[in-house]
Amino acid sequence: MSTLNYVIKRILQIIPVMIIVTVLIFFMIRLIPGDPVTVLLGDKATPEMVKLLTIKMGLDKPIYIQYLLFMKGLLTFDLGNSLHYKIPVSELISKRFVITIVLTFFTVIFSVIISFFTGYTAGLKKDKLPDQIIRMGALVALSMPQFWVGLILLIAFAVKISIFPVGGWGSTWPEHIRAVILPAFTQSLMTAALLARNLRNGVVDTLKMDFVDFARSKGLDDSSIKRDHIIRNALISYITLLSMRMAYMLGGSIIIETVFALPGIGALMIESIYSRDYAVIQAVVIIFAAIVITVNILTDIAYSFLDPRVTLE
Amino acid sequence: MSNKIDTENLNDISLLNKKKTPLLKRSMSINIGVMLVGFMLIFAIFPDLIATHNPTDINFSDMLQAPSSVHYFGTDNYGRDIFSRVVYSARVDLTIGVIATIVPLIAGTIIGLLAGYYGKWIDTILMRTLDVFMAFPFMVLVIAIVAVLGPGINNVYIAIWLVGWKEYARLVRSRVLVIKNSEYIQAAKVLGYSDARIILRHILPNAISPVIVFGASDVVMCMLAAAALSFLGLGVQPPTPEWGSIIADGRAYINTAWWITAFPGLFLVIAGTGFSLVGDGLSDIIRTKGR
Amino acid sequence: MKKILEVNELVTSFILKDETVQAVQDVSFYVNEGETFGLVGESGCGKSATCRSVLRLIRDPGKIISGEIIYKGKNLLEISEKDMINYRGVEIAMIFQEPMTALNPVLTIRKQIYEALKRQNLSKNEMDKKAISLLKKVGISSPEQRLDNYPHQFSGGMRQRAMIAISLASEPNLLVADEPTTALDVTIQDQIIKLINNLKTEMGMSIILVTHDLGVVAQMCDRVAVMYAGKIMESADTVTLFSKPRHPYTIGLMSSMPHTDKQHGKLIPIEGNPPNLSNPPHGCPFEPRCRFSEEICKTKEAELVEISEGHTTRCHFVDKLKDIKGIIEI
Repeated sequence: MSTLNYVIKRILQIIPVMIIVTVLIFFMIRLIPGDPVTVLLGDKATPEMVKLLTIKMGLDKPIYIQYLLFMKGLLTFDLGNSLHYKIPVSELISKRFVITIVLTFFTVIFSVIISFFTGYTAGLKKDKLPDQIIRMGALVALSMPQFWVGLILLIAFAVKISIFPVGGWGSTWPEHIRAVILPAFTQSLMTAALLARNLRNGVVDTLKMDFVDFARSKGLDDSSIKRDHIIRNALISYITLLSMRMAYMLGGSIIIETVFALPGIGALMIESIYSRDYAVIQAVVIIFAAIVITVNILTDIAYSFLDPRVTLE
Repeated sequence: MSNKIDTENLNDISLLNKKKTPLLKRSMSINIGVMLVGFMLIFAIFPDLIATHNPTDINFSDMLQAPSSVHYFGTDNYGRDIFSRVVYSARVDLTIGVIATIVPLIAGTIIGLLAGYYGKWIDTILMRTLDVFMAFPFMVLVIAIVAVLGPGINNVYIAIWLVGWKEYARLVRSRVLVIKNSEYIQAAKVLGYSDARIILRHILPNAISPVIVFGASDVVMCMLAAAALSFLGLGVQPPTPEWGSIIADGRAYINTAWWITAFPGLFLVIAGTGFSLVGDGLSDIIRTKGR
Repeated sequence: MKKILEVNELVTSFILKDETVQAVQDVSFYVNEGETFGLVGESGCGKSATCRSVLRLIRDPGKIISGEIIYKGKNLLEISEKDMINYRGVEIAMIFQEPMTALNPVLTIRKQIYEALKRQNLSKNEMDKKAISLLKKVGISSPEQRLDNYPHQFSGGMRQRAMIAISLASEPNLLVADEPTTALDVTIQDQIIKLINNLKTEMGMSIILVTHDLGVVAQMCDRVAVMYAGKIMESADTVTLFSKPRHPYTIGLMSSMPHTDKQHGKLIPIEGNPPNLSNPPHGCPFEPRCRFSEEICKTKEAELVEISEGHTTRCHFVDKLKDIKGIIEI
């Protein structure tokens, strides 16, 4: 099946899922205790003001009408207005999305840099000291709470020595990059640990295969063997895992952005929960879901390119 | 892929001559893991024997003191002894880790067994549900549920239970699908054994090993998730001491009192490492025992 | 006749955490130019390790401990890895048992042939031409299309042919074939055997053929050595071995072999199991399974002794075996 056909097929499969997802989100948000109108107006609210605002916000209509209006808005990219920020949600999200994307980008870079070298070395030196150290390191890294690591790094590199800012995004691009280094590094540890483990196992499994010896028997030198045979095969599983982890990074961004005061979408979600900003929470969760689904489809496609034995069905 | 275990596949030679090494010697890591977990359990079960002060005692004259021989881990902004608070938190965090894992483990296993064994519409419903759930990152869903239900440890449990079962269901279901077609299950059916008997006595014991291994790492994940929620103010509520919320307390003081943040996190790492090592060791034992 | 390869007292072991597996214990043999030399034995006897030692393919945790591997007068165990690379693929090549795992699944056949041609510094066109002619030579049809296929798109027999083509790309003088027919269907086996024999004649190669199948030995080998538990038990030219086997293990192998000669009735398998190579026994390793053994066999191992021209065997009681008939009568 050609790639295009596959994508279309997946999208068609996804549509019913997305519909269920939107229904779930819509109703879940409505269940959050607390009436947004009273929250917005505060103590000074008079019954008339409450009534007016309720009508203005469309909260008086029956629930299914509200849902249909919501879906209509989704499809036209009109996600409503943020109560808290008083601007359209789509504008709010697009401004903050960039930050999360930059954070994710650097997280991926750090994860790959850390894991590639360590995973490969551990695989080659299986069961010897480097392997044991690296595996232990990965295990400990997976037991560390991201928010704590972030704070410790802040204490060390922003408070005690001022290389990095104590949070915030900064106002120029050089400042942005400086601001995102510690958070990206913090977030990369967990993924780096999982990737390193995966690459190590991939290398170990590949080294057992006869084709490595066959390649050597052809008189190939070590670097060709490493590149075309060992890494090329171990990479299949590695890249697939990396793709999948990008979805998890979204979840992690909620915490990281909070700890480092980065105004990205993750932090936005928490803020909106506190401020009962329905429209924003809805939009953010749906966007998360859409991203995850897209990444999953892309992962499957990437896998079929990496491993010629697999065809898209 | 060659799965033969013989000297012809020279790179598998370590699988020859398997001796029966005594359980303790088998894996250094599981020993260290058990030690660390045991260490934490002592803190959890007998905090009063170890703590130096009462964890909730407020004493403004002692506030924000650095670690000393009186206050091993220093004090916070209320003058509370951090060491004692950390010790008393062990019980809270370990309990959360275990309970948050056990319920999804059992529920997910049951669902996976049924879906895998009976197939058809049960399986289809399960797979579609998983598809929907798969669209959400774990934390996003958990936070959303806690947002709906309101903060508090009970709601954290409910949120994690609602989200956590899917991995177990998936694991068990795929194992069941493989085991289901093996010859001895076919034989059992021909012999007329009841479904319940086949599932419980024959399929379950063989499907259980990935569940146990995953469970160990899940305890760590749940502990960290609950700590993260408490850190965000959505989990355990004050004044209950909990490692995540103590770290949150310390956040405002990272400039002046780093010890509030540092020590509780350290204990999370130790506890997490302990459980992970135990999980690793278990998977090693299961793997070599199976030969 | 000139010897192209001489292996003297080769010792190869695998050093593991708790034990050391002595896979090749003091093995010596030689291969004459232009002949096919067979190495026969059951799984685990060390024949594969011996093969891989010849090409110095043994990796951690394995190690060639001592011995000599003299190829065209040069001891390969004394040269550097860099120099060894110049022998591999060019002078000595190897083919493996299971072509599915011996070919890299993510590279096209073209790429894998290119790798074998690397040292010849040809242009892409020249490499393609050579690749196509190689595939033709091993009997793969439509080679132009096949070049861009991946291994999993070939059938088992075709994969084996492809592997042979790749290994012969640089026209090596010595081919080490590790059970090249074991993983194939019987009909395909036959085709591959004929193919290898033809290529050998055409290219004037010498071959070390490792197998556990005496039938294959009969079809391909000029001389044979029988290995057991890391040692050579008997060695002779094929006709002699098949007509006058003079070692209990060889006799056991032949009795357990199905063949069409009506004189032999029941198949008699050899009872018992090979010994543990990490704890080799004193005395003869075959003793527990040998119906001719006596007390001395448990404590003292026999030396490899020449009992007639070109025929050596390792047994205290060769006399007892004098009247045993082989598979063929001459």
